Amino acid sequence: MASFERTFCLQVPSSTENLALIREFVSAVGEQAGFDENETLKLALAVDEACTNVIEHAYQNEETHEVTVRVTVDEDAIAFEVIDRGRGFDPTQEPALPVEELIRRRSSGGLGLRLIRTIMDDVQYRIVAGQKNELRMVKKRRPAKSATPEPGAPR
Amino acid sequence: MTRSFLIETRNEGDVRILALKGFLDAHTAPRFEAAIEEELRGGRSRLVMDCSGLDYISSAGLGVFMTFVDEARGAGGDIKLASIQPKVYQIFDVLGFPALFDIQPTVEEAVARFGSAAGEG
Repeated sequence: MASFERTFCLQVPSSTENLALIREFVSAVGEQAGFDENETLKLALAVDEACTNVIEHAYQNEETHEVTVRVTVDEDAIAFEVIDRGRGFDPTQEPALPVEELIRRRSSGGLGLRLIRTIMDDVQYRIVAGQKNELRMVKKRRPAKSATPEPGAPR
Repeated sequence: MTRSFLIETRNEGDVRILALKGFLDAHTAPRFEAAIEEELRGGRSRLVMDCSGLDYISSAGLGVFMTFVDEARGAGGDIKLASIQPKVYQIFDVLGFPALFDIQPTVEEAVARFGSAAGEG
């Protein structure tokens, strides 16, 4: 039983210009929820990828619609819902191809999905007919004090 | 509003350096794509991306590397990456890019890699 739950919501016009705003929103909530800088960057990246998919696929780059990002924080996890009212595009149905294959196909959209799947612990999609499409992504909190060292990062 | 992504170009011998600054996402990637395309169309295929000022990259930016690396290599060059900040490197790493791209700690080392590769092939 979670003893607290907080919800944050951002709604912006469906333009890629607003991706920076969306990332800042996710980063701010992630930091407040206690995720470190590297984790927060990855959360912002996953939500950026999901919103990019909505703008480019669900809304076909039309800037007159709205994208909603709702974040729910509790003791166990941080959950993101990316909501649109465009044509349903279920990214969870796309095959998980190896990066080499994505490169061969020049599929940066496939790369985005791969990032979402890698970063998040759970990804689900649902269509509420005639109302909305919703991509739900959950990242569980890690046990405290796991300061992960950079794996082979160049100095 | 400040521009969120900038590219500065310079030459080191016959290697072209593109210094990427700011945020590379679906909004700014088309400008990056146009810049790389301009280099390749101009016959410059030995390219080094100086990523020291790159604060963020999403799949849209990574996709630009994917789109043009084969063409650069086919023309006898390459797209090499250098001086990536650790926080950005983790994004490349998550996708396995280090196995597919030549990533060097510094611009100088990346430029030198062209020298050794070109020296009598």
